[in-house]
Amino acid sequence: MSSLSPHAPRLPGQQYFASIARWSPGEIIFWAVLLAVFFVPDANLPLYGQILIWGLFAMSLDLLLGYRGIPSLGHAAFFGIGAYTAGYLGKFGWTEPISGLALASLIAGLVGWLTGRVIQRVSGIALLMVTLGLNLILYDIVHRQSDLTGGDDGLQGIVIAPVLGLFRFDIYGRTSYLYALAVTFVLFLVARALVKSPFGLALLGARENPRRMITLGTPIERDVSTVFAIASAMAGAAGALLTQTTQFVSPATLSFQRSADVLVILIIGGTGRLYGGFIGAIVFLLLRDWLAALSPVYWYFWIGLLLVIMVAFFRRGIVPSVETLAQRLRPR
Amino acid sequence: MTSVLTVLFNGVAYGMLLFIMSVGLSVTMGMMNFVNLAQASFSMLGGYIMVAVTQQLGIPFLASLPIAFVVVGIASLVIERLIFRHFYGTDDLTQVLLTIGLIFMSIAIVTYFWGSTYQQVSVPPWLTGQQEVLGFTLERYRMFLVAVGAVLAFALVFGLERTRFGAIVRACVDNNRVARACGLNTDLVFALTFAIGGGLAGLAGALSANLLGIDPNFPLRYLVYLLIVVSVGGMGTISGTLIAGLVLGIGDVAGKYYVPQIGGFVIYAITVAVMLWRPHGLLGRRA
Repeated sequence: MSSLSPHAPRLPGQQYFASIARWSPGEIIFWAVLLAVFFVPDANLPLYGQILIWGLFAMSLDLLLGYRGIPSLGHAAFFGIGAYTAGYLGKFGWTEPISGLALASLIAGLVGWLTGRVIQRVSGIALLMVTLGLNLILYDIVHRQSDLTGGDDGLQGIVIAPVLGLFRFDIYGRTSYLYALAVTFVLFLVARALVKSPFGLALLGARENPRRMITLGTPIERDVSTVFAIASAMAGAAGALLTQTTQFVSPATLSFQRSADVLVILIIGGTGRLYGGFIGAIVFLLLRDWLAALSPVYWYFWIGLLLVIMVAFFRRGIVPSVETLAQRLRPR
Repeated sequence: MTSVLTVLFNGVAYGMLLFIMSVGLSVTMGMMNFVNLAQASFSMLGGYIMVAVTQQLGIPFLASLPIAFVVVGIASLVIERLIFRHFYGTDDLTQVLLTIGLIFMSIAIVTYFWGSTYQQVSVPPWLTGQQEVLGFTLERYRMFLVAVGAVLAFALVFGLERTRFGAIVRACVDNNRVARACGLNTDLVFALTFAIGGGLAGLAGALSANLLGIDPNFPLRYLVYLLIVVSVGGMGTISGTLIAGLVLGIGDVAGKYYVPQIGGFVIYAITVAVMLWRPHGLLGRRA
């Protein structure tokens, strides 16, 4: 862990947190490139908007898995709660997007907090099964209550008002992209502040050695439900973004497939970095787009092979591997 | 009254299939803590081998069952030696991702060879239709499934409790390190157990081809059921797997028959409740 590395000098608390919170040039370039993409002529903005949404979703899972070590096989449940909340709001007259997104995120966060209370006692296979089970239950309900949710056809007739009353969602995805970028960036700032705070360090500590954190007096169980709530709220915001930018929700937003995909994205990019989810989303979605065009039937073979190779040789993912490489190449 | 027993019987037949499919996974998970989700792909492979052998080579149904068992057993042994053994010390999540990757690849591979449609399997005439037993009308094929499942369950329990190899396997499940320190070749024991478990999964796939249908999405559809059976029953126990398989089979069939509007909900809710109540399963060893 870079933030826990022994090279960091022992500064007094506040100076220490200020030093780990400093922005590196790489980070600034990353966000500048995402903004610059908007001005590229003929850019496939709907695809890039999807990448942002998946990246935000994967980042929310990173808070759980990368920083607290909680693997979840059911993270799509919260994405779906956010997506459906935003969908119902838009369908029944609450068309203002920003408040709709905030409300969807809040509801997903509340459900996540309750889930965190339930799962904080279990670990290992039981944890995977409980998260998977809760995801499947929710999918089953949404899938079956078709008079309420539209079933497989999805929720129709969602109306979203222009952002700030000025920018309409256009078919070229220009407003969608900037809106998604703004929301993603704000939530990224929140996540960044969180993981570089004392709370973030407590999460890392509990990931590495829960027993020692208990003896230090850290409320590690309460921390689990807190971080679960935050991660779920962010997943819900990502889901709401998808609904608002496409004006459509289907049960696929909370399928097990989506839970597995977001895990794959995060693992490809690398955990415990916040950027891992975004890099993973870029690689996964561009690759999927390219492979699906190349061979519409067999592209899953290559995704599977990529996963096997990643797990076998680059278990830490792209971002941490590149960091290690950069440190090795840097002249001393 | 008759319908209650018929539903019960159909559930038992289905539960037997789930038991045969997942028993190998349960034992190998108990032994090596290796989470092999690709077990579902082994089942699919067994189903496709049955399709190929009966349709293209014209081999009769009964003879094709041992062929599916042996071929899938060898295939799982090869995969274990080539890939899985490098991942024994790793965490759950790594193994889950590795084997999900293999499932994706297996789906694409069978789509390449057999296409994405459902495959039809023909069973001999003496296994089709219905039969009167003690006043109940039962399907012959399901009776056959229950019989095969009961024989296998008995053979597995007997083999594990009464034979030398069974004693070695139990020793490895109980404490792998001590078993190795006593001079047992745990690597070999595990490879053999894995092959038998994989072969049983293949056999289950071949048996289910007629009842559940075989198509490339088979692994994704039954993966969740496998996981539920293994985790609810408790890893490393044959009797726990049998009980969980039967409960799940009966629960699923009864749920779909009596309360179709809530469908899978009951099973998932039971799974979550069991996992919260007993995280190591009903008959789990490390409670």
